Amino acid sequence: MSAPAGTSVLTGNEAAAIAARLARVQVVAAYPITPQSPVVETLSRWVDQGELRAEFVRVESEHSALTVCIAAATVGARTFTATSANGLAYMNEQVWWAAGARLPVVMCCVNRAMAAPWNVLNDQQDSMSVRDAGWVQLYCRDNQEILDATLQAFRIAERLHLPVMVCYDGFLLSHTSTPVTVPDAAAVDAFLPPGAPLTVVDLARPRNIGPVTLADPRADADGVLCHGYMELRALHQRALEEALDVIPEVERAFAGAFGRGRGGLVWSHLLDDAEVALVAAGSLAMEATVAAEALRAGGVRAGVLGIRAYRPFPSAAIRAALGGKRLAVVLDKAMSYGHEGPICSDVRGALLGSDAAPAVFGAVAGLGGREVAAPQIAETVRRAVRDHDGGARVRRAEWINLKLEGTP
Amino acid sequence: MGTKDCGHEISMSTPSAGEAGATGDWRTERPALDAGACLAVKQRKDACQLCWVYCPDVCIARGVPPAVDLSYCKGCGICAEVCPTGAIRMVADDEHAAPAAPGGARAAAGART
Repeated sequence: MSAPAGTSVLTGNEAAAIAARLARVQVVAAYPITPQSPVVETLSRWVDQGELRAEFVRVESEHSALTVCIAAATVGARTFTATSANGLAYMNEQVWWAAGARLPVVMCCVNRAMAAPWNVLNDQQDSMSVRDAGWVQLYCRDNQEILDATLQAFRIAERLHLPVMVCYDGFLLSHTSTPVTVPDAAAVDAFLPPGAPLTVVDLARPRNIGPVTLADPRADADGVLCHGYMELRALHQRALEEALDVIPEVERAFAGAFGRGRGGLVWSHLLDDAEVALVAAGSLAMEATVAAEALRAGGVRAGVLGIRAYRPFPSAAIRAALGGKRLAVVLDKAMSYGHEGPICSDVRGALLGSDAAPAVFGAVAGLGGREVAAPQIAETVRRAVRDHDGGARVRRAEWINLKLEGTP
Repeated sequence: MGTKDCGHEISMSTPSAGEAGATGDWRTERPALDAGACLAVKQRKDACQLCWVYCPDVCIARGVPPAVDLSYCKGCGICAEVCPTGAIRMVADDEHAAPAAPGGARAAAGART
């Protein structure tokens, strides 16, 4: 497989590899893990065959994979890696480093369940578990969006000096072939000029990069007052807040250049006149659109709010989209164990204190690859509507398709 | 003045004396030199200098006698251990009680060069 412009039938992993190639990545470092492996296997083959002029650095672990990307990005290379689940967990220390060092690394996280128990199938626990590390996180609903979001990720990353994680569902997207339109390389070059603009290292001006930074600001050798730890963290937070504007802006530029737009921070389906909103990220949100249509056929005015940017969290967009609805059912493919689904918590937080906020009911679905199909989602929503009609405003999350006590 | 004037986006520093702050304020003891017992002083030349060689903080300057920069000396006592004549003795230090003001370390470093 190469990457001819035009529409091809591609897996999600092929779409990701093609996007990295079109972005003219200069350094790729990765360690294989299911279901991500085909992404970097494809890139390594292209490098080997001379089709992609990049350094492919073979490493002994995911920790080293991201470390190589951190070092390469520090000297100004456009870098890319991909991982899943336990691989992401293994690189966790460097996930934080890449973000705190403000490096524009782009990484695909092919979402897979966290062990134990060992499982290679899909949910979103892996990337959700690093939501606090300071990366931009984009969740893709289909294979076209994997290609498009990965290209956009480089532009967002290099504009804001933030790493971007492009998250897509393992197997459901990574290994499923669908038509994907591959843009022309020259058009991608115009959208994303080759070469990363950030170079931290300046040979003419040697500096310690990332030295110990104490609590309080202090003067440097020239008498200039420099940031303490907290000032640097505040700047990091401000960059992520700025991403709330930059992500839609890059999306608009992409739509202008390539003639297709998939929504910036959030997207919706049949939501405008909906009374009940289904909220989810990734391919689960696509399944929810089928459920919403089925619910409407049965008299429940349902619509879908898809979360595309999970970090930064688009609170204002969510308030605007969900204000005035009666009920929001938030579907999570992850848990904050001991509490509730992470998207559900964040949606509640975004709505808190707003006058027209709907009741928010959580639902946990698809953990470890458990099937979650539109009819099951629709049935969950019907039960939620019944509970809401019966006066419930706060309710325990339902675990969809759970067999512990039989089928509900 | 806010720290944003430094223009940094990440933590950075220029390799130079004082960049890590006035680290001498960690000290609880400081070396006191009995110049009369120092070999260099006795021989009136740049002799011995073992304290300069062994100082792990590079805060002893060669000389007759060698000079300790107390802005950075952390009071480890290695110089006192290696001094062949016992001319260096560690004594209780009271200076650390008052943290150096920002810029103090820089001024001290500047004075040394």
